[in-house]
Amino acid sequence: MLSQSLRARLLMAPALLWLTAFMVVPCLLILALGFFRRGIYGGVDYTFTFENFRLLADPLYLGIFLHSARVAGTATLIAVVVGYAAAYAIAGAPRRWQGMLLFLAVLPFWSNYLIRTYAWIVLLNREGLITQGLRMLGYEGEPPSMLYTEGAVIVGLVYNYLPFVILACYAPLSRLNPELAEASRDLGAGAFTTFRRVVLPQTLAGVAAGAVFVFVLSIGNFITPALLGGGKFQMVGNLVYAQFLTANDWPFGAALSMVLIAIMMVLLMAQAWGTAKGMGERNG
Amino acid sequence: MTVLLNIDAVTKRFGAVMAVDRLSLDIYENEFFALLGASGSGKTTLLRMLAGFEMPEEGAIRLDGADVARVPPNKRPVNLMFQSYALFPHMTVEGNIAYGLEMERLGRGEIAARVGEIMEKTQLSALAKRKPDQLSGGQKQRVALARALVKRPRLLLLDEPLGALDKKLRAAMQLELKRLQHEVGITFIVVTHDQEEALVMADRIAILKDGRLVQVGSPHEVYEAPASRYAADFIGVTNFVEDGGRVLAIRPERIALFPEAADRKVEGRVVARAYHGLDLMLHVATAMSAQPLIVRVTAAGADRRPVAEGDMVTIGWNDADVRIFTD
Ligand SMILES: Nc1ncnc2c1ncn2[C@@H]1O[C@H](COP(=O)(O)OP(=O)(O)O)[C@@H](O)[C@H]1O
Ligand SMILES: [Mg+2]
Repeated sequence: MLSQSLRARLLMAPALLWLTAFMVVPCLLILALGFFRRGIYGGVDYTFTFENFRLLADPLYLGIFLHSARVAGTATLIAVVVGYAAAYAIAGAPRRWQGMLLFLAVLPFWSNYLIRTYAWIVLLNREGLITQGLRMLGYEGEPPSMLYTEGAVIVGLVYNYLPFVILACYAPLSRLNPELAEASRDLGAGAFTTFRRVVLPQTLAGVAAGAVFVFVLSIGNFITPALLGGGKFQMVGNLVYAQFLTANDWPFGAALSMVLIAIMMVLLMAQAWGTAKGMGERNG
Repeated sequence: MTVLLNIDAVTKRFGAVMAVDRLSLDIYENEFFALLGASGSGKTTLLRMLAGFEMPEEGAIRLDGADVARVPPNKRPVNLMFQSYALFPHMTVEGNIAYGLEMERLGRGEIAARVGEIMEKTQLSALAKRKPDQLSGGQKQRVALARALVKRPRLLLLDEPLGALDKKLRAAMQLELKRLQHEVGITFIVVTHDQEEALVMADRIAILKDGRLVQVGSPHEVYEAPASRYAADFIGVTNFVEDGGRVLAIRPERIALFPEAADRKVEGRVVARAYHGLDLMLHVATAMSAQPLIVRVTAAGADRRPVAEGDMVTIGWNDADVRIFTD
């Protein structure tokens, strides 16, 4: 007889093997790459150096990191507010409609990311659908410049990651016992206080999951800034992309990637820890 | 006695279902009132209208003379103890109980004092820092009760407050609820589907059927003088005997075994014996009715003259103990 824990470990083995081969090893390779020099004609010169990591502290690159964090943070904030409101509305709709509404909310997800992003170009273009719509309403002046702005990048990120937030927030909202909100009203709380003190605290795990998701995917994103930001707004993702594919500086690209991965790990671990703590409190 | 609550021809429909049908009822100050009825008879709907979660389509609900039918729940001096308890899972016992007082914007000192006092009364002081998931069913029930009582409402509504407890705890809590009600001097309306519970706890009982009142009265009245066949059947055990278009109703404890003198005597065969500890229920098949008549014999009586299944016995009763229904 195999012991219970040994059997559990054996069952997990294929998944762990997969993760090791295709996640851990490549990450370690990239990490290692970050400690070498760039070859004179591209390629890698295998002499050890801290230079790449020192370069990260350069105001130019630090600025790009901070800018990326601000754009990703803004997108996260908007996506969480809009996504939570949408999830709240869906969870409050009649039961038989909820499945359909959720399906509609995630529908854009089934189309290609690039196509979805191009659709925004069609909309935001100087002579795009929005401008044409304004013209039809009698607008005569200069077309508004919407494409290739930071706003356009944020809109693109929010649009693409909103379904994650809706799904993450819908789960705890739909499980919430509606009598809890009623009990709060009964004890003298108004609608807003009931939301703030009873509904929101019990759905925070969903908010955190959605927020980490949007932030992590946004800060490393390079397609949306490239297409909707028009290359003017370089984000970390674009920088990494450029190091590997145009500047041919793999070691520096590797160092940049490591920082991104580290940010993700910290956020994901904080979120997992927070969720586990919340569950621990509940289970005593 | 002053009327605290006047329910005046209140009606509530859900689609085609008449959940509450032109119901009128007065509740007096300091009363322990029980709403009794089968599942689906409209008990919860009535309570939810009194608490403010449902609006009656017709009729008025007057509390201290003022119509409150359209006042939102957070503006009524009425509290509801939910059937599911609805304790806030992310707050401690203390936090749950203090919540309603925080909504009244009372000072910290006063909140702490009142929370402490009610926890004392409901024996929760030792559990103050626990979360609801760390409590037993009986403890949760007490927190839900304390959370409502601490608000000192004019009227406390309790929806099946003991429904989730096991039988022994229920019996203890029935008396406990009654003691607390006396102590705090708040009017209670308790919903239950358990007729025995209503008899034990209440000053008055209302029997509900299909959203209408069948009977209102003291436990003694509804037990001894049920207003209809339905009421007689619903409260306690009753034998029904068809008698030329009329129905005779007689309680098992009013039928004597081997009576010396009785207005009516009948022979029958014992087809079943059910032992209940204190007493014995004999099921006696007679020519009078299709159903065997149930006769309640005390344990002492059964010892004096033992009967077994299959025995022929004589039973009898007095006319004064029979209720006659014509429906
Ligand atoms: N929200 C609702 N929607 C539709 N029908 C309801 C609703 N609430 C109650 N009912 C119906 O109204 C009737 C009375 O229900 P309820 O007040 O819950 O009875 P009780 O508490 O006595 O079991 C039942 O037929 C029930 O199905
Ligand atoms: Mg009910």
